Amino acid sequence: MLLGRGRFTADLNPTSRTPEPGLLYAAFARSPHAHARVGAIDTENALKADGVVAVFTAASLGHPCLLAMLEREEFQVTRMPILAGETARFVGEPVAAVIADDPYRAEDAIELVEVDWDPLPAVSSIEQAEAATAPRLHAGTDGNRLVDLLMFDDDRVAAAFAEAPLTVSATFASARVAALPLEGRACLAEWDDRDDQLVMYTSTQVPHQVRSGVAQALGLPERQIRVIAPDVGGGFGLKCVVGREEVAVAAAALRLRRPVRWAEDRQENLTAAFHGHEQRYRVRAAFDDEGRILALDAEIDCDTGAYSVFPFTCAVEPLMAATELPGVYKVPAYRARGRAIATNKAPAAPYRGVSRPQIVLVMERLMEKAAAGLGLDPLHVRRRNLIGPGEFPYTGVNKITYDEGSYREALDLAEQQVCERGWLAERDRLRDGGLLAGIGYACFSERTAYGTPAMSQRRMRMTPGYDTALVRMDPTGEVIVTTGTCGHGQGHETTFAQIVADRLGVHPDNMRLRQGDTDLASYGWGTWGSRSVVIGGGAAGRAADIVASRLKNVAAQLLEASPADIELAEGTARVRGDEGAAIPIAELARVAHFQAHRFAEFGSGGLEARATFDPPGTFSNACHAAMVAIDPGTCAIRLHRYLVVEDCGVVINPVVVDGQVRGGVTQGAAAALLERVCFDPDGQPLTTTLMDYLAPTAAEMCDIDIVHLQTPSRFSETGAKGMGEGGTIGAPAAVLGAINDALRDLGVSLDHIPVLPQDLSAVLGVTGAAR
Amino acid sequence: VKDMHSITLQVNGRHHELVVEARRTLADMLRHDLGYTGTHLGCEHGICGACTVILDGQPARACLVFSVQADGASVRTVEGLADGEALSDLQQAFSDHHALQCGFCTPGFLMLIEAYLSEAGPGASLSPEQARELVASNLCRCTGYQGIVEAVLATARARRDPGGGG
Repeated sequence: MLLGRGRFTADLNPTSRTPEPGLLYAAFARSPHAHARVGAIDTENALKADGVVAVFTAASLGHPCLLAMLEREEFQVTRMPILAGETARFVGEPVAAVIADDPYRAEDAIELVEVDWDPLPAVSSIEQAEAATAPRLHAGTDGNRLVDLLMFDDDRVAAAFAEAPLTVSATFASARVAALPLEGRACLAEWDDRDDQLVMYTSTQVPHQVRSGVAQALGLPERQIRVIAPDVGGGFGLKCVVGREEVAVAAAALRLRRPVRWAEDRQENLTAAFHGHEQRYRVRAAFDDEGRILALDAEIDCDTGAYSVFPFTCAVEPLMAATELPGVYKVPAYRARGRAIATNKAPAAPYRGVSRPQIVLVMERLMEKAAAGLGLDPLHVRRRNLIGPGEFPYTGVNKITYDEGSYREALDLAEQQVCERGWLAERDRLRDGGLLAGIGYACFSERTAYGTPAMSQRRMRMTPGYDTALVRMDPTGEVIVTTGTCGHGQGHETTFAQIVADRLGVHPDNMRLRQGDTDLASYGWGTWGSRSVVIGGGAAGRAADIVASRLKNVAAQLLEASPADIELAEGTARVRGDEGAAIPIAELARVAHFQAHRFAEFGSGGLEARATFDPPGTFSNACHAAMVAIDPGTCAIRLHRYLVVEDCGVVINPVVVDGQVRGGVTQGAAAALLERVCFDPDGQPLTTTLMDYLAPTAAEMCDIDIVHLQTPSRFSETGAKGMGEGGTIGAPAAVLGAINDALRDLGVSLDHIPVLPQDLSAVLGVTGAAR
Repeated sequence: VKDMHSITLQVNGRHHELVVEARRTLADMLRHDLGYTGTHLGCEHGICGACTVILDGQPARACLVFSVQADGASVRTVEGLADGEALSDLQQAFSDHHALQCGFCTPGFLMLIEAYLSEAGPGASLSPEQARELVASNLCRCTGYQGIVEAVLATARARRDPGGGG
């Protein structure tokens, strides 16, 4: 990677699999309207253009679609056509695929595709979509609601509110954001004549789900498709769903029997890929006079865009939000309703954190508001409500069981660190210098590594969760591990090597991880939801245990000892307590393969084993602290200090863990301070370049200090808990808390993200603080 | 009809002669005509900096330069940083400080920082604030930048004081 030898999808050339190997390039003609009927499509001029080989439309491809299903009555089925044939439902929706011999010429020719558009009224916000007279995106929906689920109800809620000394009511909102991997989506598909197979290289987190999606859309058996994820330049959820362009490129390669490549440009990525996190929470919470929460009642609306994404569906955000809102706090009575509301915007996909950045923000704001209402310290109010030491495993009102964590300890340690590191004096200094400065906290846990026991609660037609690993030792003692997870920058090569090498007694350098290839790996669910190290790594650990026991049998026979007395370490099998009795593991591997007749074990699979892991899930937790400084003149908000107390159980690789935390915090802080995808009221996107959509640079960030606690998980093979999303989950609440702390003396507070200078200008102008 | 031009340029010390369309960008030419695919395209409008190369000694966004503008120029790409398999000091510092995750933005950062440090010269000192400002030229979506800033500072320190143990 450092040498410039990474191989990303757009770097690849076709192989010699195809009879006519000349590479073709796809470009998509897209809807300029947020909502329109698609009339006649005239492709004649495009077809006549220099270099154009073919133009495909919905009709010419036979109207393929992706269908993501939730098996619930409350779920409204929507089909996402690969190319829009009858109706376009957002600006950027593809209507035709132009295939040419040169990417510049393909882009030239999309201008020549003529579509007879019949524009329709569009909705670009939850409020517009819910209006009684709103146009419907999909026939048969009530208020454009694709899902409307009363997830929890409780007779005690009303009584609790009636008697509570304090009721807090508020509306919280978070803007639509883009995951923005530096590498956009990309795909190269070619037909392998000899293997009778379509081979797709694609920038994805989920190779097997791409295979399933393409197979379902094009009516092929799955074995006829091989999906390979080469190096992937970031995903963050955007690439854990199947893109219609990937299916279109596959269809074109299939029809033309020639290799076709597509690489998304940034404008397509910002407008026509996927977004997430656009949510509104209307919440009431009842508290007693000591700040203990008595009841929680939430109406959760998620702007899901135009379609359900494959395979997760549009329910991924509302289901997560309604199920997990109570979080780390003991909520005795709970009512929650979650909705996915269709709008004329790009579809929402899971994006790092999925609803948890929002629910943490809601719960932390409720604690702060209760503290303000009762005149209590907001950290004391949190402590009164946190699931405490001795209360684990704790089964909440939401029916979720939280395994052992360090919720109270993390908050105590964060507060102590903030004091010891001199933050309070620093805040005072900033204030003395004329700035508004504040410190905010966020306490949360992060459910990670959901296996099918948790995922099946959602009732998805395709229920993810398990993963399978194959561990093989070759005759030279080298180890190859194959997994269905699909890392893309999370350091899985290192972490998996540590897990497996430790069990086999070999050096991690003697192990190679093979991932991201559906012909190599058993059906798996890829990399998302902070699942890979626990589930994929757990499966690899289990498989390695089987291989280790076979190695011990071979060694025991050669050393004339009992298998129970053999230990594997430092590349050697040794008899415990006998210095002289040892044999190199490479030698065991050699004889096990080449002298197999001497070892009965070879009848049962030799030095390779497959294992599956499907855990119930495990909760990491953390407490974040942030300090911001606001210039009251310019209303610029600067992130000044950041601290994370992180507990992800047993830390397998601290460098990898800290890298995930820092990257996650950066995305979460940016969601609080910078990022938002904007549309005008007619659904025209306004953030179509990186000059309009502001991703954080180093200048907007500060150093992030990390302190670890380690509460091992009982539900993982290694004691580790997933942790890929926590940084993003905690940061918005901590940063918003810091902003509100800075504004405290002015008697104003904000309940939405991002907080932009113009928002501050509005509130500071009212209070007269800005001059 | 394509508007074709004949150009010559040096890439990583190697001489190339080729015929390119007037509108072909330097990035596309390097990647697809000459095979230097280490230069990555992240936005194609000059913001993210993933395509940064060193053009006649200066860092340049290869997506904003046409190939014909590089006629007669000397270009250095990420493939030209290492000495064979031996990482350059800056590449090694990236590895040591966990300055990359997915690796897509990495070549652009390496070329940006190499151009800056080369121009500043081995005696130049660099404050943490200056390092952060330099790193703010490009976008990374994975690391949160801290490791990249540390790698810049470590490389600058080592170049200033080669015996200092970095």
